[in-house]
Amino acid sequence: MLDDTFTLSNEEKRQILNKKDDYEDTRSISIEALKIVQKRRGWISKKAICEISKILRISESNLEEVATFYSQIFRKPVGRNVIRYCDSVVCYMYGCEDIKSILENELNIVIGETTKDLCFTLLPTCCLGNCDKAPTIMINDVTYSCLTPKSVVKLLELYK
Amino acid sequence: MKKILRTPETHPLTWWLNKHEDTVWIKEYIKKGGYLAFEKAVKTIHFKTIIDIIKNSGLKGRGGAGFSTGTKWSLMSQGKNSDIRYLLCNADEMEPGTYKDKFLMEKIPHQLIEGILISSLALQVSRSYIFLRYEYNKVEDILNKAIHEAKQYGYIGKNVLKSGFNFEIILHSGAGRYICGEETALINSLEGKRANPRFKPPFPASVGAWGKPTCVNNVETLSNVPFIILNGVEWYKNLSNSVDTGTKIMGFSGKVNNPGLWELPFGITAREILEDYAGGMSNGLQLKAWQPGGASTNFLTPEHIDLPMEFVSIQNAGSRLGTAIAMVVDNTINMVSLVRNIEEFFSRESCGLCTPCRDGLPWIVSILKSLEKKQGQIDDIDILEQLSYQLGPGKTFCAHAPGAIAPLKSAIKYFRSEFECCIKTSSTINVKFIDGIQ
Repeated sequence: MLDDTFTLSNEEKRQILNKKDDYEDTRSISIEALKIVQKRRGWISKKAICEISKILRISESNLEEVATFYSQIFRKPVGRNVIRYCDSVVCYMYGCEDIKSILENELNIVIGETTKDLCFTLLPTCCLGNCDKAPTIMINDVTYSCLTPKSVVKLLELYK
Repeated sequence: MKKILRTPETHPLTWWLNKHEDTVWIKEYIKKGGYLAFEKAVKTIHFKTIIDIIKNSGLKGRGGAGFSTGTKWSLMSQGKNSDIRYLLCNADEMEPGTYKDKFLMEKIPHQLIEGILISSLALQVSRSYIFLRYEYNKVEDILNKAIHEAKQYGYIGKNVLKSGFNFEIILHSGAGRYICGEETALINSLEGKRANPRFKPPFPASVGAWGKPTCVNNVETLSNVPFIILNGVEWYKNLSNSVDTGTKIMGFSGKVNNPGLWELPFGITAREILEDYAGGMSNGLQLKAWQPGGASTNFLTPEHIDLPMEFVSIQNAGSRLGTAIAMVVDNTINMVSLVRNIEEFFSRESCGLCTPCRDGLPWIVSILKSLEKKQGQIDDIDILEQLSYQLGPGKTFCAHAPGAIAPLKSAIKYFRSEFECCIKTSSTINVKFIDGIQ
């Protein structure tokens, strides 16, 4: 997806280059750089890859292969609220598939999609490490546990 | 349920926890004797002696593989070309059903930092990385604060405690991939590459991060180091009722009355944990199967519940102790659906480097989905067994696929009838469909 208007801000450049001393080479900053840009822009466009590769002096293909590999790097625009739905084994035993159905019905999207109003994106995730309080979802940076179909509906209202 | 009295003598990893189980910050940690082990090590113990102490203590890696930590340390390359070396703390905890490292980092972050400090002294490392999984954002804040505190108190920085030891810890947050938990994949990810595993040899102890000798240890392993140094080898060995020494964070989740984690001595039986600590099965449910340590371990049955939780016993029963955070499966759960859920996870998380894993796991998922819909073909179970063999140990590049098929293999072994009753029984059973033409 193209985003021709993208340019790295001075603040982003500063944040990225600040990480330089933490590693032996600049390629090692690539994941962190993608995360810095994504935090401000929501996703990583083709132009963003181009700009970041220039500042890190690594090839675009090196950065591209990383950006497409990791699940938390988004290559297309996502909603203002990213819901990470834990479908791991303990959450499964506690009925996470019902939670998924509720989320899909309420938002009228399926896993991997974004609502038309760009309010929500629904994604699967690895075990969120809250197995003693399953089922669990994560909305942006906040984890919600012991969910029921009713409480999920209420939860979505908070973010609408 | 058993009331837990945590004392330094019985619960060395967790006795620091305060009344409300809030994070133990540096003032409280030092007040309770924290960093004394590091001071002892940096001032009075030669680095080779620290390695010997850890080796003699019998400490085994707590990430799942159970390899001797001291032996791993002693394999680190020595010599002129090895003056730069790294310790990587593996905090990329993504095994479904496992959250022990999160607990330790969230509640007692300085114990991990002290463990890293002593381990780095032993390994002659001046820079260590904590590789934290992306989703543990709360833990990231806690560790950042704890590292900052340790710097302020002079435990991290130049010439630590005027000993000539220069040291820094860098917190590195991942970007979400289960395979990062594999040590060589973790190194690739740290270097800003795809987290594909590397060929071994060379082992990371010779050629690791940025080509330098590197040691990768789990959070719980490193957290054990301070009190072994402080209290000695014999004391540590006596903590356990088993050939495996020390204590272990163990737990039970699934439909039990009190799911959670407890620090327990090796050798305690799974039944004791399930009944005395986890409060037994909830709401009259019955135990049908259990996994001893994460989703990549083979299922065991109620017959195995009196086994001691230790590496050899669980291995002899046909499974792995893994992370020792067990999960129960109750009698209402259909094994085909449960295994489908597990295989979907491993299929999604395959890094795609080797063909058996990349293509084999989605194939397994596809068969399990048709079985789940009661539309299985007569030879589906045979194919699943063949795939289990083809994805087994030694057939793929790393341990991802062998771990993935462990629950499948054991589920067919113990619950074959549940798979068989998913086979279509109509008259078309032996007819193969090719592009709609019979």
